[in-house]
Amino acid sequence: MRHSWTVGSGLVRLLAAVMLIFLGLPLVALLLRALQSPLPGSVSLDAIISAVWLSFLSTLCTLMVALLLGTPLAYVLARRRFPLRRLAIVLVELPVVLPPAVAGLALLIAFGRRGLVGAGLADLGISLPFTFVAVVMAQTFVAAPFYIRAAQIAFESIPREIEDAARADGAGGWSLFRFVTLPLAGRGLAAGLVLCWARALGEFGATILFAGSLQGRTQTMPLLIYNVLERDISAAIWTGLLLVGLALVALLISQSLTRKAHHDDSRD
Amino acid sequence: MMKFLGAMLGLLLMIPLGVHAQEERETLTVFAAASLTDAFEELADAFEAQYPYVEVVYSFGGSSQLAAQIIEGAPVDVFASANARQMTLVEEAGLVAGEALRFARNRLVVIVPNDNPANIETLADLARPGLLLVLAAPGVPIRDYTEIMLEKMAADPDYGPDYRQAVLDNLVSEEDNVRQVVAKIALGEGDAGIVYLSDVTPDQSPNLKTITVPSAFNTIASYPIAALTGAANPETAQAFVDFTRSVEGQCILKRWNFLTLRSCRNP
Repeated sequence: MRHSWTVGSGLVRLLAAVMLIFLGLPLVALLLRALQSPLPGSVSLDAIISAVWLSFLSTLCTLMVALLLGTPLAYVLARRRFPLRRLAIVLVELPVVLPPAVAGLALLIAFGRRGLVGAGLADLGISLPFTFVAVVMAQTFVAAPFYIRAAQIAFESIPREIEDAARADGAGGWSLFRFVTLPLAGRGLAAGLVLCWARALGEFGATILFAGSLQGRTQTMPLLIYNVLERDISAAIWTGLLLVGLALVALLISQSLTRKAHHDDSRD
Repeated sequence: MMKFLGAMLGLLLMIPLGVHAQEERETLTVFAAASLTDAFEELADAFEAQYPYVEVVYSFGGSSQLAAQIIEGAPVDVFASANARQMTLVEEAGLVAGEALRFARNRLVVIVPNDNPANIETLADLARPGLLLVLAAPGVPIRDYTEIMLEKMAADPDYGPDYRQAVLDNLVSEEDNVRQVVAKIALGEGDAGIVYLSDVTPDQSPNLKTITVPSAFNTIASYPIAALTGAANPETAQAFVDFTRSVEGQCILKRWNFLTLRSCRNP
């Protein structure tokens, strides 16, 4: 009895180790290769700086859109019951599992020059593909759901009694949200925003299809990597490492925020 | 937990066995320029008819990206590039077995969507400001050939050096391979693109209109092919290379609008 139990737990640990190594090895390899590679030349450095700037600007815009439009949606999903609520939840979840290329294609079919909405916009003189706006749209489509889901969970975790009590004391609408709901949900929202940012930063498939790739206008860091690795692989490696570093920072912040949120909950 | 893990492990180990049981044929891995997609698919069928124990497996893409993958160690038997430069990079890495041989040629053409939203009739129109021009990324052969074409035009008094800059100012996207350029134009998203003559395939021609590039400015794109040192079976790899240059291979390429090295005697 005891003999087979030890073999079992050994196998479990072995398999766990294999998975961990598989996840870690490519990142270690990237780091080692970077240390052996020359630093990018001036032409590539130019492109890298453009890409970093575009990545930061576009993801910032994406965060603002997610915050502005995603927070109300998350709140409604958390607090209200309405017909087709299930459908709304599925629509929010879908971009998370959808292949980014499909998302890009769908955006193109909807907002392209011959698109469902795009054709009308074209008549008004507005052309979305190949623009910075298209980059933000692509990022928002794939990344906002991460924030909306986290925000919904954060709102749902606030006991109704607290909100009811505040309402009984005379707080209503905006002041209820600002002074009661938001502070309590704050950490969950922040953690969601960080995840949203990380996903937007790494967005590639939808961006390249819908917004195209041009240095200084639409070429974010992931697009640069894909574009430049055939001409200057060291530039690609260094940009890749930069992205890994940023994603790591995002994850650590998000994890610590979530831990603090749970810690606060358990103290109540 | 243990039974579950054991079952998963068992299933996982059976997959390579199952795959092996089906795949008793020898696999020939060919990396080929994106513009060769249709022609090479047909070529593979003809090759496999002659060599029934071989299965040809393709990876199509921008020649620059394929070359980079080969140099980084991708297991490839044959490389067919859209220009000499990418083949030279692979040669310099010591990965070409024997000699790279030319097997096809191509020419450039300007394409616009079938409804021609920007009303482009001549090459001069490409310099009109506000146009949405889509090209391939630098390093991809079609882009290198386009730069040569623009340089030739810049040297011509009818166009001048400003023409080249005006055209490049209209660039809105740099795609990874020539077929992506075709896709963007066929979808109507870009106003114009520069691709190979052979890229206007029967499938795509209803979606496109072409504008000829005069011979004075057009370039002959030269496609080299070579067996690689890493080939699993060097004879089969060389046989494929030779097949592309055989009468049958050349006829297939010609049917797909490539310029061939030898005349095709089949009707």
